[in-house]
Amino acid sequence: MRIDKHPILTFPKREPITFIFEGQEVLGYQGDTIASALHALGVLTLSYSIKKNRPRGFYCAIGNCASCNMVVNGIPNVRTCITMLEPNMIVERQRDKGVIR
Amino acid sequence: MKTKDLIIIGGGPSGLCAAKMAVEAGISVLLIDRSPELGGQLIKQTHKFFGSKAQYAKTRGFDIANILINQVKDHPLLEIMQNATVVGLYQDKVVTVYQNDTYMKFQARAVIVATGASEKFLAFENNDLPGIYGAGAVQTLMNLYGVLPGQEIMMVGSGNIGLIVSYQLLQAGVKVKAIIEAAPSIGGYKVHASKIRRLGVKIYTQTTVKRAIGKEQLEAVELVSLDENWKAIPGTERIESVDALCISVGLSPMHQILSMVGAKTKYVAELGGFVPVISDHHETSVEGIFACGDAVGIEEASSAMMEGYLTGLYASEYFGKKHPNHQELLSKYEHELGMLRDGPFGIKTKIGLEKLRKGETNAE
Repeated sequence: MRIDKHPILTFPKREPITFIFEGQEVLGYQGDTIASALHALGVLTLSYSIKKNRPRGFYCAIGNCASCNMVVNGIPNVRTCITMLEPNMIVERQRDKGVIR
Repeated sequence: MKTKDLIIIGGGPSGLCAAKMAVEAGISVLLIDRSPELGGQLIKQTHKFFGSKAQYAKTRGFDIANILINQVKDHPLLEIMQNATVVGLYQDKVVTVYQNDTYMKFQARAVIVATGASEKFLAFENNDLPGIYGAGAVQTLMNLYGVLPGQEIMMVGSGNIGLIVSYQLLQAGVKVKAIIEAAPSIGGYKVHASKIRRLGVKIYTQTTVKRAIGKEQLEAVELVSLDENWKAIPGTERIESVDALCISVGLSPMHQILSMVGAKTKYVAELGGFVPVISDHHETSVEGIFACGDAVGIEEASSAMMEGYLTGLYASEYFGKKHPNHQELLSKYEHELGMLRDGPFGIKTKIGLEKLRKGETNAE
């Protein structure tokens, strides 16, 4: 869900960006972080907790809480709330402490 | 290893203001920030500030951020690193940084820690469900990226942040179901609370979240009323369906990087929790390592700016290179900071600072 009308802010149309989320091709926009693009697509679960496999979304959005850590282009523990979306990124939900593949 | 006179960790209001004073005093500065954009939390603040003209009253937060960024960004003595996270701080003032998958080392002669604060969390069942956010996170998502956190939201906490973010949620088109507050009275300014109420949002005091309900994400919350001893009253539980819950229960100073150099800290509730012990010149217990802004005690952005300017001046003094208008600026910013703390919300800070500077400092 994106904001269309706002009394103070404007959100001009931006270039769409194609990226891969869990094997599916999806769309975000220039200027999105990975987390904001996923959120706009209705994807709230970004990772699963290591021991109990509980779904985790983001909490702080400033790169502090580690709740949004995902595997991006094979690199684990990427703080997706402060990492800008780039074309053709391969984004996966993280389910472990992070293993470099 | 690259060398710099001064490294400032954090490019929010305090760090930017410290940088301005230092470069004007002829000191080379490296400003490091982990976010894609400078300005700290100001960049997501769409509301107009209170206070006096000197602290940009009646100006919106994101406009203040631009003013602070523009007044330093092109200075030849300032180097800025963005998307860069400080991962190590050492007693010999080596600072290690991680940026774009690269690990780097810098040698400074002095360091200013202006790392700001992080949001406090609340303990209740299922508090880790997706759809539960900090108030700052909601602001970021809406005001920076234009994405809505949900369609129906419940706000926990009626301090100024809770009230302001509720208003911003309404502006963005989100239904705010209610604001709940565990205390018997509303925490923030009455003017903000009245504005929200006029728009039809209920504020329930002596109420808290008992648990969150949902499988893959938040679907509802169970609220419960509290008695005068903050104990849940049995039989008052009720379930409200919401797809987002916003937690706004205060901030904690982010002093953690200072633990790496063994800087003394002390628990001062009035300042938001553990804070570094600092001298009158904002120097920590480690020589040449300074701290300012929310990292040394939670206040408003205006105070963080004043502390930043002052700490920039103190650090310049440490180098023996005074700002051309040193004395004049020092008096000006000390006066303005004093004025800010004379306001109704400044009392807590004053008590906190008193406690921080007096008494035992044995807490590590």
